[in-house]
Amino acid sequence: MVGFLFFNTLFASFDIYLDGFVISTFFHEITFDNKPLTRIIVKSQTFLYAPFLFLLLFSCNEKKSQSNILDSNDQVSYNFHIRPILSDKCFACHGPDANKREAGLRLDMAESAYAALRENPGRHGIVPNDPDASEVYIRLTSEDPGEQMPPPESNLSLSNEEIEIIRKWISQGAEYEPHWAFVKPQKHPLPKVQNQSWPINDIDYFVLQRMEAEGLAPNPEADKNTLIKRISLDLTGLPPQPEWIAAFENDQSEDAYLKALDKLFAQEAFGEKLGALWMDISRYSDSYGYQDDNIRTQWPYRDWVIHAFNTNLPYDEFITWQLAGDLLPANNKEHILATAFNRNHKYTEEGGVIEEEYRVEYVLDKTNTFSKGIIGITMECAQCHDHKYDPISQKEYFELFAFFNNTPEKGYEGDVMQSKPAKTPILWIDKEDTSELLKFINQRDSSRLMVSVMEELDSLRPTYILDRGLYDAPTSQVFPSTPMSVLEFGTNYPKNRLGLAQWTVSKENPLTARVFVNLIWQEIFGQGIVKSTGDFGMQGDLPSHPELLDWLAVDFMGNGWDIKRLLKQILSSATYKQSSFVDRKALEKDPENIFLSRYPRLRLPAENVRDLVLASSGLLVTEIGGPSVKPYQPKGLWEASTSGRGELKTYVQDTGDKLYRRGLYTFIKLTSPPPMPIIFDGSNRDQCEVNRGRTNTPLQALVMLNDPMVLEAASNLALTISKKHEDPSEALREAFVRILSRNPKNEELKVLEHYLKEEKERFTSNMDQAYSLVQVGNYPPKKEEINPDVAAMMQVITMLYNLEETITKI
Amino acid sequence: MEKEQLEHGLNHNRRKFLGKLSLGIGSLALGSLLIPDLFNRKSAEEELFDALPHFAPKAKRVIYLFQNGAPSQLESFDYKPLLNKQMGQELPESIRMGQRLTGMTSGQSSFPLVGSYFGFQQYGEARAWVSDLFPHTSKIVDDICIIKSMHTEAINHDPALTFFQTGAQVGNRPSMGAWLSYGLGSENSNLPAFCVLLSRGKGNGQGVYSKLWTNGFLDSIHQGVQFSASEDPVLYLGDPVGMSRADRRKMLDKLATLNQMSFESYGDPEIQAKIQQYEMAFRMQTAVPEVTDISKEPDSIIKMYGPDCLVPGTYAANCLLARKLSENGVRFVQLYHQGWDQHDNLPSEMKGQAKDVDQASAALIQDLKQRGLLDETLVVWGGEFGRTNYCQGKIQADNYGRDHHPRAFSVWMAGGGVKSGMVYGETDEFGYNIVDKPVHVHDFQATILHLMGINHEKLTYKHLGRRYRLTDVSGKIVKDILV
Repeated sequence: MVGFLFFNTLFASFDIYLDGFVISTFFHEITFDNKPLTRIIVKSQTFLYAPFLFLLLFSCNEKKSQSNILDSNDQVSYNFHIRPILSDKCFACHGPDANKREAGLRLDMAESAYAALRENPGRHGIVPNDPDASEVYIRLTSEDPGEQMPPPESNLSLSNEEIEIIRKWISQGAEYEPHWAFVKPQKHPLPKVQNQSWPINDIDYFVLQRMEAEGLAPNPEADKNTLIKRISLDLTGLPPQPEWIAAFENDQSEDAYLKALDKLFAQEAFGEKLGALWMDISRYSDSYGYQDDNIRTQWPYRDWVIHAFNTNLPYDEFITWQLAGDLLPANNKEHILATAFNRNHKYTEEGGVIEEEYRVEYVLDKTNTFSKGIIGITMECAQCHDHKYDPISQKEYFELFAFFNNTPEKGYEGDVMQSKPAKTPILWIDKEDTSELLKFINQRDSSRLMVSVMEELDSLRPTYILDRGLYDAPTSQVFPSTPMSVLEFGTNYPKNRLGLAQWTVSKENPLTARVFVNLIWQEIFGQGIVKSTGDFGMQGDLPSHPELLDWLAVDFMGNGWDIKRLLKQILSSATYKQSSFVDRKALEKDPENIFLSRYPRLRLPAENVRDLVLASSGLLVTEIGGPSVKPYQPKGLWEASTSGRGELKTYVQDTGDKLYRRGLYTFIKLTSPPPMPIIFDGSNRDQCEVNRGRTNTPLQALVMLNDPMVLEAASNLALTISKKHEDPSEALREAFVRILSRNPKNEELKVLEHYLKEEKERFTSNMDQAYSLVQVGNYPPKKEEINPDVAAMMQVITMLYNLEETITKI
Repeated sequence: MEKEQLEHGLNHNRRKFLGKLSLGIGSLALGSLLIPDLFNRKSAEEELFDALPHFAPKAKRVIYLFQNGAPSQLESFDYKPLLNKQMGQELPESIRMGQRLTGMTSGQSSFPLVGSYFGFQQYGEARAWVSDLFPHTSKIVDDICIIKSMHTEAINHDPALTFFQTGAQVGNRPSMGAWLSYGLGSENSNLPAFCVLLSRGKGNGQGVYSKLWTNGFLDSIHQGVQFSASEDPVLYLGDPVGMSRADRRKMLDKLATLNQMSFESYGDPEIQAKIQQYEMAFRMQTAVPEVTDISKEPDSIIKMYGPDCLVPGTYAANCLLARKLSENGVRFVQLYHQGWDQHDNLPSEMKGQAKDVDQASAALIQDLKQRGLLDETLVVWGGEFGRTNYCQGKIQADNYGRDHHPRAFSVWMAGGGVKSGMVYGETDEFGYNIVDKPVHVHDFQATILHLMGINHEKLTYKHLGRRYRLTDVSGKIVKDILV
């Protein structure tokens, strides 16, 4: 259906795009002061999404004075205008939660909202077409504190504009719609755009149409240096090697860029890059957490994840194996290893715990990780009561819980004195496995490995709804099933984790593919098309480009859930290839770059900050997988927080190659996670996380200035290039290219040369300072290798590592 | 009050923030490290914070002396002579009332009551009972408010600690200090708003977890900054050996020049924010060593806190440091002292633990008082739950132990708008159940926020569709203890 909608509106501050801020509401600052504004014509391919466009219009303008009124012809949409208001302000008491429902009034469904009021059968919550007869409207506008809704003690209130929108919706017939994310995605025809020459692939039509509607124009394409750095960081998490930069520069063929992409997809570092993302989702760690926090061996699972991404295991299989590899009809040890996904959560070894309390806790974690990480619905609320915002009942929560409740797992297997590297059920991996089927496991010796995995009990453990989510308060029994409002659990599916996996990757499932393509989009562009990556429910953010999201999801499913293909599409788009120059006008119009009229400049994730420093200095050890490593860490952190028990009470720093592995492999002790990643917004792995913050703090500056890892890298690179080049300018140039993936500009070179000269003078008159500076790390260079040139060069390199551009994807 | 209003925290993505504030903001500090005067235009976020504090705060800062492992109330503040009288007799079922037991004692066939091996006396005008283990604390009872009716929901250390600090037993929610950093920001632009100091006694330890000072879903700028007793009080603070301040300055100047060039090429305000972060790091490098340097403290102070305060990393040293940080405007200083988990060896271990903390805790109160800071500084002392009135294992002439007890335990608070010389709440004569004025953990948290000028129901943060707050869905202010 093609519709043309006319709006003469520009609304103020559209706060839904701000990170979940408390007072953010849809119409927070809209004022209806009737000032005419530019008439904007919006073309939409589909009526369903037209209201999105309408909504987005207000986001582009922040100035309160330029607000305008909803034209009487504008169609108010339940999905995009009304539900966000009702969900945020009314559903807590008049929504899906049956136990907290006040006065029997339920406003999230048409039938119940239109029905006669229980306490006043002559009246109705909503009377379509008649706001003045609708109790909802009457109460919203009442000034009597006893009548007024929401009640003053709720600390919630609606703005006049929100009330006005509701009035209008009722007067237009108060039509309800199903929640957008619970409707199966459909591929819509490409939208029409004016600038026909810009799009490279289909993605660009969706993005450009939105930009054009906003009066924005795309940035020009980034230069080749920038592109090679960008794709290299996105696909491998490493800066491009200088030879690659040169080769790409010199390759004038038409498909040079695509060839470069293919080369990067073929790197094993690709699996490491995406693997890091999956480690946050699967809350991977190397210790059990809780008080004694002893060591465990889940790293073979990490090796599998890297391997799966590198071999481009289709996403549907990737998920199926992790959820139910042990239940596949012809399963092997690889399938079973993948199920470690559900065993990565914390395990208590505290003496004296009540076993069932923790067994239940583990099943809750599995349930919550599945719902947040894979289907993008935050279900935790329904653990204690019917969900207040999403149509998910407590019964449905425990029906989902039931899938994960049928394992021989124990809540407690003894205290730290009896600790083992894995807990029941365990997969044993021996030499034979690692030399054949599980070759991807980086096991250097012949010892057997044990990994905590999933297994199904022969008989069904009964699952009960747990009152308030408490292990010792079971009520009625439930059986495995999935939330009805998302997608009915097909009768053809077995009622176990395998059935759950089949339901999850069914093409009828409206969430799985959308959630994953959104996650990938977030990896590349810094924020998802749906910004609330882990919440596609009613309280979540609306998609900025809904048709694009659907297009990507449908295309992804239709092409074998091919992850590399998905990434290649995104990375070869014109949208992606734009320069990241920040145009002042565009910044004012679209400060958060929602419309993508530029490539966003994004600080690298914590792991990749480390990777870049090590790789550019030549220190990086590119070994894939294996046990986690303990690189330099400030003294005393583990010792200060430990209970004094277990293998991890003191931090025993590694030596040799293990000091120079990628950030992905840094040992994660849950109660005292490595400080550098935490300072750079990494997850503490306490639970499933789907997006990281991106802050800019003085503590980060201190890491880059003083972390021995950075200093050793600088020292190493200074020695290498000083030996290689007689001309210090040439050495500087090489360091610059290695670190920033581009040649320095003349004025930059001047600053560097000047600094080099100054520092050389300092060290010449004070060699002791040169020695103490350069001799850093476990393997400091010998004194005879150190001279004022090297020390000065090291200072310059340290400074280069501290440039904002260095750890930014530009 | 205007100052208070400006010194609020921030919790949003820097890019967005800078975008919203339009271009050209040359210098911006961050959340907990916020320079307040630079805001020249109000954002929606700021308008939220304009409401903060919600009313005039009594306390500006908090020092929380967490006694990690759960000190026994029965050997500290909750005097129960009946337990001595009925020593060895069975805990009546009418008192236990089905209270769940941890796995430590659930296998015991008998629950013999055990009274304190340490004597109790009454002190001060309050006539408050304090055990002989706390001679220094006994001298400050008229400055503190002892709450004998705390109760919690958790029965194991990790969830109980997490509950006290974050308002939920599981999950990754922001801790109290992070909430206050978020709500109120810092009073000092060169120090973090939320600092964490760790120490350990010789008693049975339970470990502390960095998630106890996590920012949770708030921005990482609100995370507690762990101070360390080693050469770098804050991680990565120290410059390499041989690098003077002038050398560092020179590097930062060149760095700023290059970053500025990059800004001119890209126009991204984030680059300028980066320049400012380096400036703040530079200032922190001076400010932190200054504040952690106790060499200039007079002998009278050293004497007051005890000789341990000269040994970095001890509880006493941390108390003194807490005073200095707080005095310098740090909003929330959180101490953890490990070793209070006396399942066994209670008499000897608890003696050692009390010796570790008694003098310095009391000194902190006296020190703040003499500086006129106690009125605006809230000090809290307490653990994550209490201990059972019955013995874990067998009672011996010189030894006994106590299991975890969530139903009733004691904490004390002082300064910052809390009544002094007060004993609040009462347990039954077995010390097992609360009979008067129960204080739930959420009540306790609501009260702390209230003292800081915050309505605990309004300091919320919307995350994944839900508004979260420190007190989850409950919490009543304990009005009786307010000045």
